Amino acid sequence: MATTEVLTHEADAHDDHHGDHPSFLAHHFDTPEQQYDSGKLGMWLFLVTEVLFFSGLFCAYAIYRFLRPDVFAGCSEFLNTQLGAINTGVLLFSSLTMAWAVRCAQLEQHKMLTGMLAATLSCASIFLGVKAIEYSHKFGMGLLPGGFYSYVPGAPHDGTIYLVWISAPFAIILLGLFVWYVVACLGQNKFQMRISGPMTIVFLCYFAGVGLGTLLESGSAEGHHEGAAHASASDHEGAVHEAGEVAHEAGTEIAPATVTEITPSTAGTDDSVLEMLAVDTANTGVRQQLSAAQRQQELSGGPVSQSPGGKAAAVSEASLDINNKFLAGGFFSIYYCMTGIHAIHILAGMGVLTWLLVRSVRHDFNRQYFGPVDYVGLYWHIVDLIWIYLFPLLYLIR
Amino acid sequence: MATGALPVGKTASPAEHAPDNYLTHTSGVLSWIFTLDHKRIGLMYLVGILTSFFIGGMLAMAIRAHLISPADSPLSNEQYNQIFTLHGAIMVFLFIIPSIPAALGNFLVPVMLGAKDVAFPRLNLCSFYLWCGGAIFFISALLSSGLDTGWTFYTPYSTDSETSVVLATLGAFILGFSSIFTGLNFIVTINTMRPPGMTWFRMPLFLWATYSTSIIQVLATPVLGITLLLLIAERTLHVGIFDPEFNGDPVTYQHFFWFYSHPAVYIMILPAFGIISELISVHSHKGIFGYRFIAYSSVAIALLGFLVWGHHMFTAGMSSLTTIIFSALTFSVSVPSAIKVFNWLATMYKGSISLTTPMCYALVFLFLFTIGGLTGLFLGTLSTDLHLHDTYFVVAHFHYVMMGGTLVAFVGGLFHWWPKMIGRMYNEFWGRVSSVLVFIGFNMAFLPQFVMGSRGMPRRYATYDGEFQALHQLSSVGSFILGIGLLIAGLCLLHSLFKGKLAPANPWGGATLEWMCTSPPPYYNFARPPVVGDPYEFEHIDYDPSIDGYVVNEPVRHRVPSDPHGAPAHAKHHH
Repeated sequence: MATTEVLTHEADAHDDHHGDHPSFLAHHFDTPEQQYDSGKLGMWLFLVTEVLFFSGLFCAYAIYRFLRPDVFAGCSEFLNTQLGAINTGVLLFSSLTMAWAVRCAQLEQHKMLTGMLAATLSCASIFLGVKAIEYSHKFGMGLLPGGFYSYVPGAPHDGTIYLVWISAPFAIILLGLFVWYVVACLGQNKFQMRISGPMTIVFLCYFAGVGLGTLLESGSAEGHHEGAAHASASDHEGAVHEAGEVAHEAGTEIAPATVTEITPSTAGTDDSVLEMLAVDTANTGVRQQLSAAQRQQELSGGPVSQSPGGKAAAVSEASLDINNKFLAGGFFSIYYCMTGIHAIHILAGMGVLTWLLVRSVRHDFNRQYFGPVDYVGLYWHIVDLIWIYLFPLLYLIR
Repeated sequence: MATGALPVGKTASPAEHAPDNYLTHTSGVLSWIFTLDHKRIGLMYLVGILTSFFIGGMLAMAIRAHLISPADSPLSNEQYNQIFTLHGAIMVFLFIIPSIPAALGNFLVPVMLGAKDVAFPRLNLCSFYLWCGGAIFFISALLSSGLDTGWTFYTPYSTDSETSVVLATLGAFILGFSSIFTGLNFIVTINTMRPPGMTWFRMPLFLWATYSTSIIQVLATPVLGITLLLLIAERTLHVGIFDPEFNGDPVTYQHFFWFYSHPAVYIMILPAFGIISELISVHSHKGIFGYRFIAYSSVAIALLGFLVWGHHMFTAGMSSLTTIIFSALTFSVSVPSAIKVFNWLATMYKGSISLTTPMCYALVFLFLFTIGGLTGLFLGTLSTDLHLHDTYFVVAHFHYVMMGGTLVAFVGGLFHWWPKMIGRMYNEFWGRVSSVLVFIGFNMAFLPQFVMGSRGMPRRYATYDGEFQALHQLSSVGSFILGIGLLIAGLCLLHSLFKGKLAPANPWGGATLEWMCTSPPPYYNFARPPVVGDPYEFEHIDYDPSIDGYVVNEPVRHRVPSDPHGAPAHAKHHH
């Protein structure tokens, strides 16, 4: 710590700016090093909270994968590995450009810095474009979280309307940016041109991602139809889920032993006691419990309970109907929660990267002051890293 | 910030004492709304937190009034459910969790460090507004259809309930981020902004406690965030993770929830430990006994606190091995807690104790917290917990810890640092009266609840068996006395705002850095960087009757310890 330096300018601490305080140094810090170290530590702590935030989701994933391995194996068939792999590659590349951007900031290569930030942003846009295709396709098929799950194998599906809704904000922003760019060009405003130009490209990249996704998803959709046709050909009760079939073909023989067909309710005796207690209106808790139990009995298509008949009975149930909101719906709930919250983080990252891009055009960063680029870089890497875990967990493990 | 504006001197403002302090540095509403000054943010927090405490307290009074008789009460059962839920939710999320770290901590951490501000002043203001946002959501839940799930939002209550669960959980989610940002700010501030000469073991113990608290805030709160987010998704999209109706598992929710909410108990109590360490040492005019033990025990509690969440769920159907492990781990937390209590007692031993208001509150704390801590052992023991789970015994236990511990320490700390924050002294007599009333009222309100609980009175019930009526009435009367005691404390402080005499820089004889600047502190906290000494060395601090405060009779001091490897603060001999 520079003790003497502190002494000299703390004496007139009431002044707004001290003589030897650089403009980028906040008033309450003594040295640029102290400011940089504080920011860096703060960012790392924030990343720790991010990891813990996602840890809840990973935990939920682990619990339900353990409880219903066949559901996870079957349902992940619906995720397009090609698109997932492309997105993984795009994000990995964006990590490279981000790290490069930090280097550019340190070396005061201002133009290059703007370019690298724009490249990172473009990768994020492509990622979201591909994701929009994946989401809208599944929305169209009715592969939705538990409450809205409505998938019918082999039924015609069309996700275009969802794609339009998801893409509309991007289209509006793209249009606005383009108009801004044109106006800036006409007005010869170099500063605004340097911001709106790259940003227009960034948002064009979203539609490049959409195009790429459409191309690949249309190819795989045929595969789905084939799979569905195959399932309906081979199903024996008309309700066997194609994914369930796939799981069996893949040799997931343990599945029927752990998760069994719906069983006749054995809770009758318990309910009768509850019903007796529930006669008294003051017993609100019992009444609620009873109504919940009744509703669960009515609604549940496949409880996770062990069959009372034992394992022999379970094995005779050769196939499992997981095409319902309780089992397949559960998988898609976790899928949407994990990828959705990740996508929100991508959007937040795009926000701060845009802020950096503006500042980089303003030449705010230099050899001594490149902290913000560094911190955002750290954030961007953790967002990528989380995707690196999501991709195999959701798409690859079957 | 609108610096450069001339201080506006008002006759009743403390400006006549210190011409340019943080209260008068700039004026106008906007200078408060957009302030980045940690002291003003702390003060705004204080106002918000005390308001929520008042609302939560009124709800508590309504609960106790309702329970005076088992029948014929003005409240319906549904209203009772809503009132105890809102009492719990407001007290936990809006009051206790932010009380000491956000209000007192914000004011004190930089001043105790001799720094000008926290590391991230904008983030600090942001977390205050997040707190306001969360509070607005809570109030809108209150005004729309209420909330009747209990503050824990257990599924399937929370997925079945007709009340505004989403609004309240969104509020708690936002408050969680406020808490995370405050904790993050303090960790960075303490790590990077300590002045030259202040090593880790020359820090005041309040900073150790705040640091430990911040670690929990940063590590535990995100898990609450995702839990509440999933709960919102459960209600809106029926994701089937926690809701049994959609094949989810309610016990998973309880695991997720208590993984945060048990450490949150230590977010509530650890800063209180820090305050008590300061109060007992300063008002006994004697160096703290076992400095390093108290410091390490704070960190130990913070870390052990992450391993014991299962003790909230002994009856929820975990395997017996799991319950045994959680029970054993729970007992381990009592070791560092007991270390602290013994050290405080040893600090008072042979000290010259001044029975000032803060010290009275510290003594109340010692008594109540000890009862609260010891009764926790009955709940951590598996066999007794099966009997006591979800009874009034639990209610009494956590009120002894949360209210008898945290709230009493908070009020004590408020009385201790009030002269520094506001620059005015309060009426000592009424302050002491309030502490005595709080002590009597508190014990009268909650000791009977131990008895009721062990006899089988379940918690959260709107009515009860006739045999409990006498105890319930005793408890209600006690709670009203407690309310009056706290009201007197509040009035005493309010009165001092207008009529209190001006406070000297060091009214109690403290040795930590906040007593080295004027009361109230100047905008940048210190006109010149303070000399960092031993925070618990009172030998050279003498009473000066002419200013009715203490002054430092400068010994030969060095900015940097002459021998950096010499004996640390705790190793010095006490006199």
